[in-house]
This record gives sequence, C-alpha cells and structure tokens, in this order.
Amino acid sequence: MATELKMPALSPTMEEGTLARWLVKEGDEVSSGDIIAEIETDKATMEFETIDEGTIGSLMVEEGTDNVKVGTVIAMLIGEDEDASASPPPAAEVKEMETPTEVDDSSELVVPEATARKDDPAVPEGTAMNSLTVREALRDAMAEEMRKDERVFVMGEEVAEYQGAYKVTQGLLAEFGDKRVIDTPITEYGFAGIGSGAAMGGLKPVVEFMTFNFAMQAIDHIINSAAKTNYMSGGQMRCPIVFRGPNGAASRVGAQHSQNYAPWYASVPGLIVISPYDAADAKGLLKAAIQSEDPVVFLENEMLYGRSFDVPDLEDHTLPIGKARIMREGSDVTIVSYSIGVGLSLEAADALAEQGIEAEVIDLRTIRPLDKETILNSLAKTNNMIVAEEGWHVCSVGSEIISICMEEGFDDLDAPVTRVTNENVPMPYAANLEALAVINADKIVSATLKLLNK
Amino acid sequence: MAKSASTKKSNAKGKKAASAPLIPNRERPDEPERYSADKETLLAFYKEMLLIRRFEEKAGQLYGLGLIGGFCHLYIGQEAVVVGLQSAIEPGKDSVITGYRDHGHMLACGIDPNIVMAELTGREAGISRGKGGSMHMFSVEHGFYGGHGIVGAQVSLGAGLAFGHKYKEDGGVCLSYFGDGAANQGQVYESFNMAELWKLPVIFVIENNQYAMGTSVNRASSEDQLYKRGESFRIPGIQVDGMDVLAVRGAAEVAVDWVRSGKGPILLEMKTYRYRGHSMSDPAKYRSRDEVQEVREKSDPIERAKAELMELGVKEEELKSLDKEIRKIVSESADFAESSPEPDAKELYTDILVEQY
Repeated sequence: MATELKMPALSPTMEEGTLARWLVKEGDEVSSGDIIAEIETDKATMEFETIDEGTIGSLMVEEGTDNVKVGTVIAMLIGEDEDASASPPPAAEVKEMETPTEVDDSSELVVPEATARKDDPAVPEGTAMNSLTVREALRDAMAEEMRKDERVFVMGEEVAEYQGAYKVTQGLLAEFGDKRVIDTPITEYGFAGIGSGAAMGGLKPVVEFMTFNFAMQAIDHIINSAAKTNYMSGGQMRCPIVFRGPNGAASRVGAQHSQNYAPWYASVPGLIVISPYDAADAKGLLKAAIQSEDPVVFLENEMLYGRSFDVPDLEDHTLPIGKARIMREGSDVTIVSYSIGVGLSLEAADALAEQGIEAEVIDLRTIRPLDKETILNSLAKTNNMIVAEEGWHVCSVGSEIISICMEEGFDDLDAPVTRVTNENVPMPYAANLEALAVINADKIVSATLKLLNK
Repeated sequence: MAKSASTKKSNAKGKKAASAPLIPNRERPDEPERYSADKETLLAFYKEMLLIRRFEEKAGQLYGLGLIGGFCHLYIGQEAVVVGLQSAIEPGKDSVITGYRDHGHMLACGIDPNIVMAELTGREAGISRGKGGSMHMFSVEHGFYGGHGIVGAQVSLGAGLAFGHKYKEDGGVCLSYFGDGAANQGQVYESFNMAELWKLPVIFVIENNQYAMGTSVNRASSEDQLYKRGESFRIPGIQVDGMDVLAVRGAAEVAVDWVRSGKGPILLEMKTYRYRGHSMSDPAKYRSRDEVQEVREKSDPIERAKAELMELGVKEEELKSLDKEIRKIVSESADFAESSPEPDAKELYTDILVEQY
C-alpha cells in the first residue's frame, strides 16, 4: 500500500508553510529518518524526514510552493514489494486535519459546586483549656501526627539540633530521632524537591522553611511539582506534603524578609493554603494539613509564635480545612482577615464598640479553598465589608474577596468593600517608616468609620 | 577575560601552577565490563529498542498530522540507554523518574504502548486520562514517577524517591534520568549534596545526547566531562558508551550494586546522541546534517545489536518478522489513540485535589 506523505505541522502553531526544496526525486529509495524535503515555516527552515522505508512514488507539490496547508499530501511513498508505477491520487488535495478539537454541544463546561463546608467539631462541655503559645501548638500538632503515622517526618534548616530557628520544632529530635527530624543544608530548592519526591513515593513530609521568603527559591517545586502532580497524572500520583514556616512581616528585618505570600499561593489550583491566627487553629489546622492527601502551604507568622491562647485539651483536635471562623459577632460591619490581621481586627472591633459600632470579625483561616459562604452570609447580615490584610493590596486576598462580593453579594452591599493593607512599598527598615508601612488597628478603625460615614 | 590573561602571564614568568588537590583514599566502584548477553537477552534488548524507535517514528508522524499537539520530544537514537538500564533494576521494587523526553522510559518500564500513544494524542484512554500529555505521564503501578517538564526538577524529586526507599527500608533504588542541559541546573547540585550526605539509594543518569536544545555541551558546560560532576560531592562517576546497550547494562550492574549496598549515590554519564530535533519545532541549524548521518551510520545502537545478533546466529528473516510484529504493535497503538474519545468535559475539574474540603 502506498503511503501518503503529508505536509507536516512542525510546531504547535503551524498551519501552513512553504515547500522550499525537495531533497529526493521520484524513484529514490528512502529509509526511515532520511530527510526528503526542506520546509519553511514562519520561524525557520526545517527538515522533513520520512518515517517509513520505500520508494518515492511521486512528488505532488512542486518545490518553491508557498502556503501549503498542513495535511496536504505532498508525496507518495511506495512500500517494499509494491509497484512503483502505482498511480497516485489524481491531484494534491487539501485534507482537513482529523483533529477532534471541536467541542460538541454535549460537552458543556461543568464547574462543580462547592460542597457544604464542615463545621468545627464541637468541643465537649467541661473540656479543659490549656494556655499554649502558637509555637507550642504547632509543635504539638506535628508531634501528635508523627506519633500516629510513621510516614510523617519533618525536614528543614535547623529543625533538629538547633531545635528550630524559631523553636517551632523544639523537642522533636529528642522524641523522634534523626531519621524523622532532619536538618538540611541551606538549599531550599533541593530539599523542597526531595520532600516532594518523598511524598510522591508515599511518605508524608512536613517541610519547614525558615521563612517563606526563602521558599522563593523553592516555589517551582511547590507549584510545578507538588500542586500539579495529581491533575497531570489523571489522579494516580499524589503529593501529600506540608510546606510550613513563618510568612509576612516580622519586625525590622527589611524588605527581603517581610512579605506575605498568601495571595501568591492562593492563586494556584492544586494547592491548599492555610494561614491561622490563634493557637487552637494553628494546632487543629496543622494536624488537618498533615492528614490531608493534598499538598498544603501552611503560612505562620513570626509575630504570633510567642502569643498564648486557649487550646482545648482534646485527644485529637483536628479542624476542617476550608472553613472560616467568626471570631466576634456584630451587625454593623464585617471585617474579614487572616493571620496577624485577625488580632488587629479584633482590637479595632473593640475600639469601634466603644463608639457604638458592632463589627463582625471573620478569620478566613484557609485562604484556598476560600469559604465564600461565611463571607457572603456575613455581608448579607451587615451590608458593609472591610478586608484587613497584612500585605500589599494589589492582587491580594482582599482583591479576591471584593470580586466575590461584587459577583455574588452585590445586592447586599451598602457601600463599596474597603481594603486596609500595608502600603504599596517594599518594607523599609527605619522604625518610623516600617510603622507607617504596615497595617494596624487604628487604620482599620479609621477605614471603618469612613466606610460607615461616621 | 582579563583574569585568565594575567594568570597566563604570571605562569609565563616561571611561577608554578597550583598543585592538584590530594585525592583522598576513597572506595571506588569497579570498572564496568561490557555485559555478555546470550542470544535471548540480546534479542529482548533489540526488540525493546526497536519498539521505542518505531513508536517514536509513529509519534513524529502523528505530530505532523496534527494528532499530537504542543511539545513532543522524541527519543530516537538514545534507545540503548533506557533499555540497558531498565534491564538491570527490579520492577515493583525500584523507582524511575525522568524529564519530558519520557516516551522511551515508559515503554521500557513495560507500560502498554496503547495508553502511552493515547496520552500523546490527549485522549480519555491515555495514562493520565489526556490531562498530562507527552511530557507528563506517570505510572505508580510500574514505579514510573514521570514525566517532568521543568529541566532538572526530576533530579531533586528522584533524590526524594530514593529518600523514601531508604526511609521505608524497602531495598529499592531510584533511577533519576536527566540530560546534559539539566546537568547545569543548580538544584541538581543541591540534590547531589544531600544524596551523598544522607547516602540515598539513587543512580543519577546523565543522558548526554550532546545538545541542550541547540546548545552543545561544550558551549554550555565549563566541565564537559559530565561524569566528573559529582566528584566534589564524593559521588563517583562513570562514563559509558550510551550507544551500546551491553555497555550500558554492564555499567548499570556496577551502579545498582554500589547503590543497593548502601554506599550512596552514583553518577553515570551516558554518551548518546539524539537524531531528531529537540522537539518537533527544531530548525536543525546548530549541527550539520553530516554529523547526524555519521552517528546514524557508525554508532546506531539498534544496528549494532542487530549485527551482534546475526553473529550469534539469528537469521535476517527472524529480525524482519520481529520488525513486522513491532510495526503492528505501534500501528495498533496509533489506531487506538486515534479512535479513543477525548476526555469528557467534566474531567476538566476532576483530580485537582484528592480530598473534598
């Protein structure tokens, strides 16, 4: 049987090209890999190789012909034991490519509805409360999960012998040994990759970044390796890993060490992004993150590590991922925040209460997937919304919340949603400039009063 | 360049060049020997290499027809590397990871050509259900962990898989394949450091096909003897004729023994050659046609195995019928790939996350 040699597509975008030169003539014997023609595309002149053995039966497009459509039969190749004089098809015809790229009517885009989010499990009455720092709560979460599941291990810079650069992993080496609590060299890209590979191979790594500023070196593995694996593999290869560490501004550490990455990671499908405020949530959500089969970016805050909060004394305090928490109820305005901004918002709410304004404060806790329902329900109740975020306002979590309110809560809005954020500058070092640059409770109070025309 | 000029000058003045560093008394792996294969084994290698070649030729053809889109990186010329190495590891125990030039690795792992070709054409029946494409294929069942599109990422990930073998104490080793281009990436050296530090059971395989896209090794690498690239991390390196499947197999045995016995990683530089362009849209301006032709004529791994088979008494007709059999498999895989439906639209939103939140 004669084989049709067709004008090839030589790049992802090529639709037609020039048949610049034939390097064979009719009757030539060719074997697979031989270059038979030069074809010019808009980008380059490329060589066209035959993929079968045989004899060139006929050349059907003259050299020098422009605008030859991809898929046009340009030559016939006669196989072994065939009659080379076999007559070619009458004329070179342009065949439509048989690519099934058209979407038929039945395949409409279906965006799955978000399922109802689980509420926090009830804390039984009479449960004792322990006052723990956020630092201790995080450590306890890791220790509890490591006791339960042999596959869980912790790796990062100074997590073992130094006891954690911020003492979050204090005591873990003593309890679990150096097989499961591993000091790494200062090579974020490399160990984020090793962690991701270990997760693909069936382990459950907790990778600590000394701060998320350094995770910039590793962001390729977080996004390209961890977040996309399950999708790219059609669901057969998972990457259950937790990337955790302090995020956002600390104090007087300058521009390269003061940055909020929540909006960066929250934009990526395939990632879970969690950023807790208090110790109970830090513990309950880090446990959930470690238990999850999905990759999680867990953003802590250095300024909160030393703060103490009540944590219920339960055998397993695990909280649902994707559920916001109403920290304070109110009827006049909703302040949405996360991480350190929640404390500032609560402070602002107290100040506003003194002026007779009742603010509802929502802690998002999980940034991706975002709990739209809690946000919109609160908006429906208060009709006014402020987003308080320790970070820049351009393309921020606040920007996303404003979009949601516009698209799905427009009729509930009495006024445009307002953002209170850091200033739009790299973080300065000087104490006075730094204070001017970052969000604080006063800024939230003034913005709220302005929003409410008070 | 002023610096090197002044060095030259001072040398000319009669100063002694700095002495070479002392070589510590370290254990080295044995010099590999070419594997001596019986007829059946060599025939099996030949068949596998031929399957990869014919499969890739067909993939190139389907690309030309617009049935395969985007990027498509063919393995033609390099077949001996993956066939020789895979033959030395234990399926079900060891793991394999590579970059985007991955079709040959999948076939060598024993994965059904039909579902590989169906993935190349973006169909529901593809191994990633059409959502990965040529560069992103995986089969955890076959110990094949991808299929990665970021140059060098598979080296860190492979070290991670090896970390998993050691942690689980399952006796497995990881084969992490990467190219001469990836060998210049920073994360490769971060991973070398940790792999040796933690004695991870990983075989780093540099498939040196001479060109990183269009940049030849000596235009991109200050040390172009890539097998030496692990030495400053104390990872021993061996340079291997990657166009000879039996030389590859011989080196693979030394490497597997070294790594499985707990001595840490090893580096194999496979000197090989890619006949086709980097991807389908390769202008082929960076090397001469004669250069490619010369390698094809003098060093082709399949022709070499064929000649040896005939010396071992295999008849030309037998090889011809084998070729026919393989063409049939490949042709069926193309038919399968063309006739399978595209993924259902509802697959767009599946497999993003494992759990529901």
